[in-house]
Amino acid sequence: MAAIRTFVPRETAAVSVGADEIAVEIARVAKARGASIELIRNGSWGATWLEPLVEVEVDGKRIAYGNVTAADVADMFSAGFLEGGKHARRIGLVTEIPYLIDQDRWTFFRCGLIDPLSIDSFRRHKGFDAIEKAFEMGAKAVIEAVADAGLRGRGGAGFPTGIKWRTVADASADQKYIACNADDGDSSTFSDRLLMEGDPCCLIEGMLIAGFAVAASKGYIYLRSEYPLTRLILARALDNARESGWLGENIQGSGFDFDIELHLGAGSYVCGEETAMLESLEGKAGIVRYKPPLPTHEGLFGKPTVINNVVTLASVPNIINLGSERYASLGVNRSKGTLAFQLAGNIKRGGLVEKAFGITLRELIDDWGGGTASGRPVKAVQVGGQLGAYIPAEQLDTPLDYEAFVEIGAMIGHGGIVVFDDTV
Amino acid sequence: MLMTTIGYDKDAADNIIDEFGARPEMLVQILQAFVQRFAWIPEEAIRHLAEKLNRSRADVHGVVSYYHDFRTRPPGKHVVRICQAEACQSMGSRSLTEHASNSLGVDMHDTKNDITLEPVYCLGNCACSPAIMIDNKTYGRVSHERFDQLVGAMRQSD
Repeated sequence: MAAIRTFVPRETAAVSVGADEIAVEIARVAKARGASIELIRNGSWGATWLEPLVEVEVDGKRIAYGNVTAADVADMFSAGFLEGGKHARRIGLVTEIPYLIDQDRWTFFRCGLIDPLSIDSFRRHKGFDAIEKAFEMGAKAVIEAVADAGLRGRGGAGFPTGIKWRTVADASADQKYIACNADDGDSSTFSDRLLMEGDPCCLIEGMLIAGFAVAASKGYIYLRSEYPLTRLILARALDNARESGWLGENIQGSGFDFDIELHLGAGSYVCGEETAMLESLEGKAGIVRYKPPLPTHEGLFGKPTVINNVVTLASVPNIINLGSERYASLGVNRSKGTLAFQLAGNIKRGGLVEKAFGITLRELIDDWGGGTASGRPVKAVQVGGQLGAYIPAEQLDTPLDYEAFVEIGAMIGHGGIVVFDDTV
Repeated sequence: MLMTTIGYDKDAADNIIDEFGARPEMLVQILQAFVQRFAWIPEEAIRHLAEKLNRSRADVHGVVSYYHDFRTRPPGKHVVRICQAEACQSMGSRSLTEHASNSLGVDMHDTKNDITLEPVYCLGNCACSPAIMIDNKTYGRVSHERFDQLVGAMRQSD
C-alpha cells in the first residue's frame, strides 16, 4: 500500500502554536502503529485561526483537522485519522472551508496546497509556466501585460508596476537589478511572510519575470530579521531553484542569466523605505536617500533598479498565465485585481483573505472574521499599519479601494486590518 | 575590559568573513552572522572587520550602532522578546509585558538572571496575538499561563 499523505504546516503561525510538536507526534504514532505515511510540511492556507491545521489525503481529497494539539494525535489515530475518521477536531474537506472558498486566490492559490520545498510540487501546479511563457512572449510584451493588468505596488504606495518596469527596461546600463523588499510590511501584517513560507518559488518566478522583462541579471531579497523560519525556507527554495536550473546561467536553455541573493535586515524600522533598503543592501546604515535620482535610474550600486514588494512580484506569474484582462476584470476603479487582506488583532477568525478590491471592511470583519475574539463590539479598526489610520466603526462600509481610502483620510497600505474592541 | 573579548573567536570570525568573500558591501550580512555566532558585536570585532574589509573603524562603528540587532553588550543566556505592535496590543500585550517583567524579575531592555527582556515590533504572527519570541523561536496565543510554561521549558533546556 502506498504511503498515506499527511500535511502539517511549517509556517511561522502554525509552528508558533505547536505544529512542529504535532509533526513529531504524528511520525511517532504512525511508526508505533506500523502505518506507512508521508509527512509533508506544507505552507499555511491562511485560515490562521484554525492553526495548527492538519490534513490527511484520502482518495485524492484532503481532509482537515483544526486546532490540533500534540496531545490529540494518538486519539485521532485511534479514531481513524488516516482514513479521515470522525473526531472532535475534524472539520471536513479543506476545499470546502467557507473562509477559503469564498476568496479570489490569484497570488496565494498555491499556499497550503503544495510542498514549498519541492520544485516538482510547484511545477505540478503551474509553477514556472509563466516564465516559460514570458520567454516566448518577449520582454516588451511582458511589460505590456503587467501594465495592462493595472497591477500597482502592494507595499502601500500603489505605484503602477508596469511603468516602473518600463522605466528600468528603457534605461541603458551594463548592470540592472531587481530588489525585492521583504521588509516593508507595516507592523501587524503577515501576507509577505505567508507567501514566502508557503510558496517561495512563486516569488522567485516573479523576480525571474521582472529580471527578464527589464534585462536585469541579479536580484536581491531583503528580508526582515524577525522572520527566522522564513529565512530558512527561502534559502532552501533558492538552493532548490539553483540546483534544478531555474536560477543561474542560461536558465532552461533560454540564454537568460539570473540569480538571487538573500539579505537579512537587522532590526531597523527605517529600512522598509526603499532607498534606505538600498543603502542596507550596500552594507551601510539604512539612511533614506534624497530623490531624485529615482532608483529606477540610479538605484542599487548606482544602477537602474526595480524595487517591488513580495506580493507585487508574486502576483505577476498568474498575470502572465491567465492574462492581464482577467486580472483587470477584478477590482474597482483604479484598484485592479486582488489584495491579500490580513485579519488580525481582536478577531474571532484571524487569517489571510485574498479578495478583489471593492469589498468593505465590514464584510471582511463580519463575514470572514466573525467579529471580535472577545465578543465585544468593534470600537476601531486600524488599516495600513503604523502609518495608516484608525477607522471608527461608522466608516466600516467604505469600499477597499486605494482612492476611496485616501478620501476618508486613510490608506490601505499592506492590507493589514487590526480590530480593537471597546475596552481599549 | 576583559568583558569585551568573551565569546569572540577570531578564527571563527575570519571564516564567516571569508564565506561572504570579504566583500565590503556584505558588512550588514557579516554582522548579522556574527550576532548569530557570538550573540553580540564586541569592540574587537569592529577593529577586525575594519581591517579585513578595508573600511574605516568609524565607518564600521556607524553601521553597528545604526542597527538594532547589532548589540554591543552581551545579552543574557536567553533573550525573551515581547511584541508591542498593534495587533498584539489589541490582545493584551501590555499586560503580558508587565507579567513577564514581574515574573522574570527583569525590566524591559534589561538583563538579569541570565535573561534579557526586550520589546519587538512585529513578528508577523498577528493572527495569533499576543506573540513573543524566545531565543529566535516565535510563539503565538501567549496567555500569562502559557508564558509561564514556555519560560519553564526554556529553563529546563539549560
